[in-house]
Amino acid sequence: MDIQTGFFYLFSAVLLFAAFRVVTARNPVHAVLYLMLAFSQASGIWFLLEAEFLAITLVLVYLGAVMVLFLFVVMMLDINMDIFREGFWKHFPLAATLGALIALEMAAVLMGGFRLTAAPKAVLAAGAVVFPVSNAKALGILLYTDYLMPIQIGAVILLVAMIAAIALTLRARKDSKAINPALQVRVRAADRLSIIQLDVTQAGLAPEPPVTAAQTTENKS
Amino acid sequence: MTLTLGHYLSLGAMLFALAVIGIFLNRKNLIVLLMAIELMLLAVNMNFVAFSHYLGDMRGQVFVFFILTVAAAESAIGLAILVLLFRNKNSINVDDLNSLKG
Amino acid sequence: MSQTLNASTLLAVPLAPLVGSVLAGIFGTRLGGNWIGRRLTHSLTILGVLVAFVLSAMTLKSVVLEGARLNETLYTWMVVGGLKMEVGFMIDGLTAMMMCVVTFVSLMVHIYTIGYMEEDEGYNRFFAYISLFTFSMLMLVMSNNMLQLFFGWEAVGLVSYLLIGFWFNKPTAIFANMKAFLVNRVGDFGFILGIGLIAAYAGTLNYTEAFAKAGELSALALPGTHWMLVTVICICLFIGAMGKSAQFPLHVWLPDSMEGPTPISALIHAATMVTAGIFMVARMSPLFELSDTALNFIMVIGAITALFMGFLGIIQNDIKRVVAYSTLSQLGYMTVALGASAYSVAVFHLMTHAFFKALLFLGAGSVIMGMHHNQDIRWMGGVRKYMPITWVTSLLGSLALIGTPLFSGFYSKDSIIEAVAESHLPAAGFAHFAVLAGVFVTAFYSFRMYFLVFHGQERFDQNPHAHHGHDDHGHGAHDKPHESPWVVTVPLVLLAMPSVVIGYMTITPMLFGEFFKDAIFVDAARHPVMQELAHAFHGPAGMALHALSSAPFWLALAGVVTAWYMYMVNPSVPAAIAKVLRPLVVVLENKYYLDWFNENILARGARALGNGLWKVGDRALIDGFVVNGSWKLVGWVSGQVRKFQSGYLYHYALVMILGIFVLMTYFVWLNK
Repeated sequence: MDIQTGFFYLFSAVLLFAAFRVVTARNPVHAVLYLMLAFSQASGIWFLLEAEFLAITLVLVYLGAVMVLFLFVVMMLDINMDIFREGFWKHFPLAATLGALIALEMAAVLMGGFRLTAAPKAVLAAGAVVFPVSNAKALGILLYTDYLMPIQIGAVILLVAMIAAIALTLRARKDSKAINPALQVRVRAADRLSIIQLDVTQAGLAPEPPVTAAQTTENKS
Repeated sequence: MTLTLGHYLSLGAMLFALAVIGIFLNRKNLIVLLMAIELMLLAVNMNFVAFSHYLGDMRGQVFVFFILTVAAAESAIGLAILVLLFRNKNSINVDDLNSLKG
Repeated sequence: MSQTLNASTLLAVPLAPLVGSVLAGIFGTRLGGNWIGRRLTHSLTILGVLVAFVLSAMTLKSVVLEGARLNETLYTWMVVGGLKMEVGFMIDGLTAMMMCVVTFVSLMVHIYTIGYMEEDEGYNRFFAYISLFTFSMLMLVMSNNMLQLFFGWEAVGLVSYLLIGFWFNKPTAIFANMKAFLVNRVGDFGFILGIGLIAAYAGTLNYTEAFAKAGELSALALPGTHWMLVTVICICLFIGAMGKSAQFPLHVWLPDSMEGPTPISALIHAATMVTAGIFMVARMSPLFELSDTALNFIMVIGAITALFMGFLGIIQNDIKRVVAYSTLSQLGYMTVALGASAYSVAVFHLMTHAFFKALLFLGAGSVIMGMHHNQDIRWMGGVRKYMPITWVTSLLGSLALIGTPLFSGFYSKDSIIEAVAESHLPAAGFAHFAVLAGVFVTAFYSFRMYFLVFHGQERFDQNPHAHHGHDDHGHGAHDKPHESPWVVTVPLVLLAMPSVVIGYMTITPMLFGEFFKDAIFVDAARHPVMQELAHAFHGPAGMALHALSSAPFWLALAGVVTAWYMYMVNPSVPAAIAKVLRPLVVVLENKYYLDWFNENILARGARALGNGLWKVGDRALIDGFVVNGSWKLVGWVSGQVRKFQSGYLYHYALVMILGIFVLMTYFVWLNK
């Protein structure tokens, strides 16, 4: 057993344990923290697979940004988790069976389709460049030539996501006089005007007391 | 013994299965649901990277790159929706969220 | 008159009555504003029929004396895929004879109606109808193709409906006219099938063309069965004749048709319309000769009708009903003759019967007029003193009917009996028995009626239903009858003359001569009946003499004597016999329960079926189950599917997981 294999098993074990705890943790903060652990182990495994750029990206993007975001949200919303836990362990056998089945099926597919004893082939870039380049460079070579368009689209996706997130949670200023045209269009006549029926003849109002000269002078003064 | 592609693939499979179990068990808990989705994406990425390594093709990693991008965007929006939901409903009981009932 | 017949002149024969009918029907009634009065109406229509009669007589002369024949198409209505639908005339001996009979009897009835319907409001309408009938019947007999025959067939049925229901405010009349029309329709169904088969297999509706193909058709069988095609065709055609000529079991309409005024009973239901079926079978003789089965069937039906309808005539108390059942019985005789392949004998009897039966009906009508519209013979008696002309002519008609030697009925009836005796068909034995027994029965009921009406005690006062008071003539119910006016008695005399002499005069050329040579076809090899008759025939005088030694004469005499005894000498005998034979009398009074069967089982069953189909088939099945059921089903399914949209996120997530699982299973395990 060489060192790589050992590390692989170590990282895998921790990863699986962390994943298990993510889904079974009672405290959501704990769950997030376990998720962070899982991602870091995955990053380690990717280092073993010589995908350094992606491993670092995982740490930076996921652990640094996405998980932090999760933490923010979990801590901000004070949720009582107890109601979610009702009947939790009751369903566990069924869930475990389901999961096991899925895993077995995936394994069956993958086992059947690939020769799994071969050693890794030499890493080849798209242009069959065989000189050793760093993983990032190799990735960059491919991305900025063949996959330029998907990169742009990815950028747009991120832009859209940003706008969407802002737009969704935007609270308008209280003194804003901005008009919502959708609301304007949906106005009905009944919202602005109501017609009421009055009797044609009504009991006369009590006659006003005559305005005496004394009162008018009072008013003027 | 040498590590083969099979090891990594079975790792990915087990991770995916764990994530599915997580969805099944935590279906009422929106936050853990989102986390389980992240786990699923991680499992898939694991597979891609493993393939990329063992078949010698960089394209697997390119794909992971994009998956990462989209996953990040999606979790951001998902969490934004979550926040908005709890802000509007003032209640955190998932059983109340049935206004889209058919 | 020219040597040959002219089609345009012949066109005037049916059209003259039609013109009269249209003018009377439109301008003489409220429809056209009541422009023409009664005198003008009857003059116009009688003129039309007179023209038709004169031309028919001239045609007969050409046909007989000059051997003229005509087979011409006047107008092609349309051609559908090779099938030609035309209007045309075929004039030969058969047609010419029918034309003369129809127009003569029609003319007599027209003149008679002037007297009979004098007090009726619908006078003009009546004349229009009887002229229309004359037109229809002439189109029927003069046609040279089956389409025109069918047109005439349906038209006479229509006019019969109109005339039976002439007094349309009477519920019984309306019931009767519907019954006539509907029963006829049953027959027409078979008729159309027969015509359709001929059109399908021979490709033509024209008589001569179809008969030319008869030889080929005789070898074919109806596809899908092992029945001979010609047998099926002939039986279908005969079913039409059963409806129109009132054979058992489609005879039920004819007694009820007595609801109509007496002139039409004479014209339509004795002399002409009911003979259309006989005429049609004779006309189609080339086809009928090819099928022994059909001929056998015809003979059986005819024999049943001849005998059993005679039995019903014995117990009738309405004078018109007696004559109606007599008509049914005689039609049975004609049918039996057709079955024995003695077509010319059948047609001969048709002619003689037309005269004496019309005479009997008109005589009965005259008696009814004299009895102030009482029709029950139990309340008549001794009428001969008051209505001598009616009495003598009715006596002559009755004698002709029963087959008294030298009278016309004798020649035709006895020829039928002999023809049946000579026939070799399996049914001939039964038929012979039936027609012989029928002679006795006919004589019995005819003279029962005669004695009860014209002889014996006067029983006018005993009528419990007589309406007291005065009618338009200023007569009261207790006044004695008097003879009818000349417009009524002259037709009686004019009809009595042929009833006596025409048999003697025409038997030789018609039956044993060339009269029907090319009109009627007899397969002499298979059906040698006419040949055998010819061997035994020694002239009309000889036949009359021979009759004295033959059974029918003595049977008829026995019938007359029995009637005389039971109704003149010892009037208590009928009641005693009726008491002893009570069950039999009940069966006869209920007309063999056929009416009951038709009304309660067939009619009620059909209505129940319709009701059931409506309630169950239409409302429950189609509307409820299919139409409403389909949307209800869709609604239910949507209701079930709706449950998936619970609105709960976790349900959706769960469903997604399960869906993934199912898809994975499918693609991994099942879709290898």
